[in-house]
Amino acid sequence: MQKYFHSVELEADKCCGCTNCLKRCPTEAIRVHDGKATILSDRCIDCGECIRICPHRAKRAHSTPIEEIENYIIKVAIPAPALFGQFSNLDDIDFVLNGLLALGFDVIFEVSRAAELVSEATRKLIREGKLKTPIISSACPAVVRLIKIRFPDLCENVMPVLAPMEIAARLAREEVKKHTGLEDKDIGVFFITPCAAKVTEISSPTTGEKSACNGAIAISKIYPQLTQAMDKLKVIEPIANSGLIGVGWATSGGESAAMLGDKYLAADGIENVIRVLEGLEDDKIRDVHFVELNACSGGCVGGILNVENPYVAQARIHNLRKYLPVSLNHLDSDFDINEFMWKGELEFSGEGFRLDEDIFKAMDKMEQMEKICETLPGLDCGSCGAPTCRAMAEDIVKGIAKETDCIHKLKKHIQNVYEQLKGTF
Amino acid sequence: MSAIHLRYEVPGDDFTRAGEASGAVKKRLKALGYNSDAIRRVAIAMYEAEINMVIHADGGYCDVDIYPDKVEILLADKGPGIPDVEKAMQAGFSTAPDNVRNLGFGAGMGLPNIKKYTDDMRIETEIGVGTNLYLTVRVNAE
Repeated sequence: MQKYFHSVELEADKCCGCTNCLKRCPTEAIRVHDGKATILSDRCIDCGECIRICPHRAKRAHSTPIEEIENYIIKVAIPAPALFGQFSNLDDIDFVLNGLLALGFDVIFEVSRAAELVSEATRKLIREGKLKTPIISSACPAVVRLIKIRFPDLCENVMPVLAPMEIAARLAREEVKKHTGLEDKDIGVFFITPCAAKVTEISSPTTGEKSACNGAIAISKIYPQLTQAMDKLKVIEPIANSGLIGVGWATSGGESAAMLGDKYLAADGIENVIRVLEGLEDDKIRDVHFVELNACSGGCVGGILNVENPYVAQARIHNLRKYLPVSLNHLDSDFDINEFMWKGELEFSGEGFRLDEDIFKAMDKMEQMEKICETLPGLDCGSCGAPTCRAMAEDIVKGIAKETDCIHKLKKHIQNVYEQLKGTF
Repeated sequence: MSAIHLRYEVPGDDFTRAGEASGAVKKRLKALGYNSDAIRRVAIAMYEAEINMVIHADGGYCDVDIYPDKVEILLADKGPGIPDVEKAMQAGFSTAPDNVRNLGFGAGMGLPNIKKYTDDMRIETEIGVGTNLYLTVRVNAE
């Protein structure tokens, strides 16, 4: 598997080697060795659950410092719709967008605008029968990575359409180039992100195609400055250009509703997402045409880089949408669908979960694993540094752990030694 | 040839636990780097058979032998047996009770689906004694 950068980082000083993140990780990608958590890179999907759970704040998500916008002549902000759910008493998105201008951005292009175009393009593709059903949305990068490493048969069902963030970045870039004549290198496009996985997606795109974004600024980082700037606003320029379909993408079910069909399923929260994917893989979920999956509870408003409770944000988004037109962005008649499509394919890479490249060796290892498993206590306590006894057995077979890492086995071992020595004194 | 042998009890009294064995086998096949089409066929066939065992036979056990190129599964129960195997193989034929149908099962696709997804299927059944279902899924050369 190609090495990629993860946005999830560990601050080693703060990590005390507890088992909170270990137990929470949905892909069993964390081990605690020598008292510090480490991430198995080829299993991590950047969902951010470890950041959410860490009581010591030792896990954090890397994001772009706002100062970096100064490296560009034209500074473009593309805010995620989840941003609009972070403010109390907000009744007009323009307050937020003008606040961003006041922080030094020159151009604002809401990702929700691109979301409306993506929705329209998807409806068109569905009508023309060009997508394999059930169609799985590709908007949540953590879900796409999860499918890529764990669900080989579903890779083909992932909708090969670029996410709204990417479309927004490209469209904003083109617009600025047209108006200013500047080159790409002079234009900095920054996603205002609720999500750690999007940070990864920008630096290491799943499909390998370079992102049009230059960075991702965390909502939680920009929030204090932004609220101050919004308080000082005297004049509000009308910039906002999204309808209720685009803004609705911030919450689970929003993208599905925009399909304007009824055979859809929307699941949120990583454990629920995994259950749905298992069901799809085993053909247990039928009669569904479109599947929207969000790794975070509530959808993007549940992303770890937000400041507000996801359900509060969800309620606000709901209110904001109330008086918006259905959709303000439409595809041109000469629109080329290929501009919205992935250039590459989603290729399965399951190395992270495989015991060995060679099936005979893998079988040997599995046999050893089953034997080791029988000797372990089955408590899944995590004290050895692996999330479950089974994962521990796997680590032993792979040579990255030893049986005495299990404190229960060690205790027994010491007990035996003691019993043997007892008589000799 | 050496095989990995696994055995799972299928509880007859708890419908909500049906499908656990096929889930566990699927996880192991993935760790082995098994062919994904074969994994899918094993998972579906075994799931259908597990459900059958719970609905009709009050549970039983299943033995799974994983070889590098095939998976052999035996699902054995001490249920009432199948009076007319030919009829049971017909798509849409079902003797499942209503409470199970309400959950979306009992559409009469169990055995036909199992046949569809496996390379070999053999049924030994005796009224009042039980049923043994032997399944083989081979890794098809690509």
